[in-house]
Amino acid sequence: MSTTTLEAVTRGRVRRTRRRHVVLTVLTLGIVAAFAVSLMAGRTFYPPADVLAVIAGENVPGATFTVGTLRLPRAVLAALAGACFGLGGVTFQTMLRNPLASPDIIGISSGASAAAAFAIVTLQLDEVGVSVFAIVAGLAVALVIYTLSFKDGVAGARLVLIGIGIAAMLDSLTAYVLSQAAEWDLQAAMRWLTGSLNGATWQETVPVAVAMTVLVPLLLSQTRNLAMMQMGDDTAAALGVRVERTRILVIVAAVGLIAFATAATGPIAFVAFLAGPIAARIVGPAGSLLVPAALVGSLLVLAADFIGQFAFDTRYPVGVVTGVLGAPYLIYLLIRTNRAGGSL
Amino acid sequence: MTQLATPVVPDVAVVRRPARVRLLWFLVALALLLAFMTASVAFGSRTVGWSDILAAFGGADETMEQAAVTKRIPRTLLAVCVGAALGLAGAVMQGVTRNPLGDPSILGVSMGASLAVVTAMVTFGLSTATGYIWAAILGAAIAAVFVYAVGSLGRGGATPLKLALAGAATSAAFTSLISALVLGRNDVAGGFRSWQIGGVGGATYDSIRQVLPFLGVGFVICLLSARALNSLALGDDLAAGLGERVALVRGIAGLGSVLLCGAATAVAGPIGFVGLVVPHVCRMLVGLDHRWLLPFSALLGASLLTAADVVGRVVARPAEIDVGIVTALIGAPFFIYIVRRQKVRQL
Repeated sequence: MSTTTLEAVTRGRVRRTRRRHVVLTVLTLGIVAAFAVSLMAGRTFYPPADVLAVIAGENVPGATFTVGTLRLPRAVLAALAGACFGLGGVTFQTMLRNPLASPDIIGISSGASAAAAFAIVTLQLDEVGVSVFAIVAGLAVALVIYTLSFKDGVAGARLVLIGIGIAAMLDSLTAYVLSQAAEWDLQAAMRWLTGSLNGATWQETVPVAVAMTVLVPLLLSQTRNLAMMQMGDDTAAALGVRVERTRILVIVAAVGLIAFATAATGPIAFVAFLAGPIAARIVGPAGSLLVPAALVGSLLVLAADFIGQFAFDTRYPVGVVTGVLGAPYLIYLLIRTNRAGGSL
Repeated sequence: MTQLATPVVPDVAVVRRPARVRLLWFLVALALLLAFMTASVAFGSRTVGWSDILAAFGGADETMEQAAVTKRIPRTLLAVCVGAALGLAGAVMQGVTRNPLGDPSILGVSMGASLAVVTAMVTFGLSTATGYIWAAILGAAIAAVFVYAVGSLGRGGATPLKLALAGAATSAAFTSLISALVLGRNDVAGGFRSWQIGGVGGATYDSIRQVLPFLGVGFVICLLSARALNSLALGDDLAAGLGERVALVRGIAGLGSVLLCGAATAVAGPIGFVGLVVPHVCRMLVGLDHRWLLPFSALLGASLLTAADVVGRVVARPAEIDVGIVTALIGAPFFIYIVRRQKVRQL
């Protein structure tokens, strides 16, 4: 290789890495800013000093309740759940090599939703019970989809289609459960199903945080294998990746993240779906999308929740905002993907 | 479109069963439909005797039993109409898109109809049955064209995978738009919910009378396009060689199926999978010839929906399970079976 080509290649790599670092920094700053704003602003504005005092544990009249009990858990949950959705979504999209194959479309969110609706309406469980139910159901549905699409190995296309079928079945179960609901339960279940951070407390936030400390490192440890599997199962196997093992590990971790977040907030529409493609767009072709997608997810949920609370006369749940913002982008992405011949 | 058609029946492609077999199945299907219709009138959350049923047909509604039967008659008729419409619409969609996974609900057409109805409710305060029908047909048409256009972009044309994904994604997008529209408006939310869950339970002679002209036109268009769909099944190039104007045929047959499923959705809410399951079963019974397949799909669709309605009423007594839920629970496993049977490359 001549020196000039080598230089060009090196320069390209340096440029892409620099872009990645810049994007990651900007995203992190954005999250911090959105987090700070959602702590300070609202019906009553509290200056940064008050907010910091509350976080430090001091007792500030008024602010301790509003910021400490209402806004802080909500903002933390928004950031964590967003990261979970982003990570889980981009993992499926990368693994199945199709940006449309996100958990919201292939039935995993539907499984968690159906279980939660059943737990709320029929079994009348409390929040912890609902979470456990949603998580178990999410994993079970993922297992069922995986098993059903297994036929001389798992082909991405088959998995996606079977997921769509399962999703349709589960959605109709949810509809049935809701049709049996009493008026009050119906409200709770509907709010949950749209994805909402209303009434977020530490009780919902802590399980998500704990799950993340276990599952995120597990998922990130598979980054390299996942990248190789993007070149196709055979190539990856030839390069020494244990394909099925990696796939199962990654699926369990991603489904776990999605299910924990879903149990806490409900399926916030399209975050899992959008985070990956947005991250791919802004980071460009440099390395893994896992971390950028997690950051994008966080930022999306924080921002959308703030918009939903204060931008309109009615307070919309966060899922409605992400849904309305996400729908046109989804359609745009659909067009672009199909035209390009289909990969992220 | 460069790729050859995905064979709709990959294993044993029986083009046309012998006339004797077809006639036999036709009689069986007809008998089945009559049996289900009788069951639909006879069974429900309230147990009634035969004397009450006969009296109710004579116009009597003095006792609770007779009144219950009187309400079941229009319900049965609506189930027959809607089922026939959905079965036929599914068969035509599978023919037009040459896609074994064609179904109004999977391709997002039903959700397009729903979104249009909700939009009309919110913006124009629409509340008449005819208004719902027009809105639903418009929405269904837009969604159908959109999903087909998006699904056939790029290499390989409209493969089943791309169409199904385009349909699912469009449905998801429409669903969240619907919830955004409905959540802010408590006045609309109640009306929409009862419409969406509607099923065929709220049927009256009036609603049947209003939807019948739309269904009639749809039926005629679809049945007349049978011969053209036969040519289309050979692939676009061959069909063009046989003198079909491919785009025109697609447009007209598509319009017919959109009319059918839009009108059906407007009266009964979104009902999935009837249009998926029925044509596949019919192909096994009568073969691939659309001239037989289409009327047969209508007949069997009517049977399936009537049966599903009866099952929904009997299983959860004294409550009812909406017919759309029953069909989804029957249909989704069937969908998965079809997906598993296909080779991956064909997806």
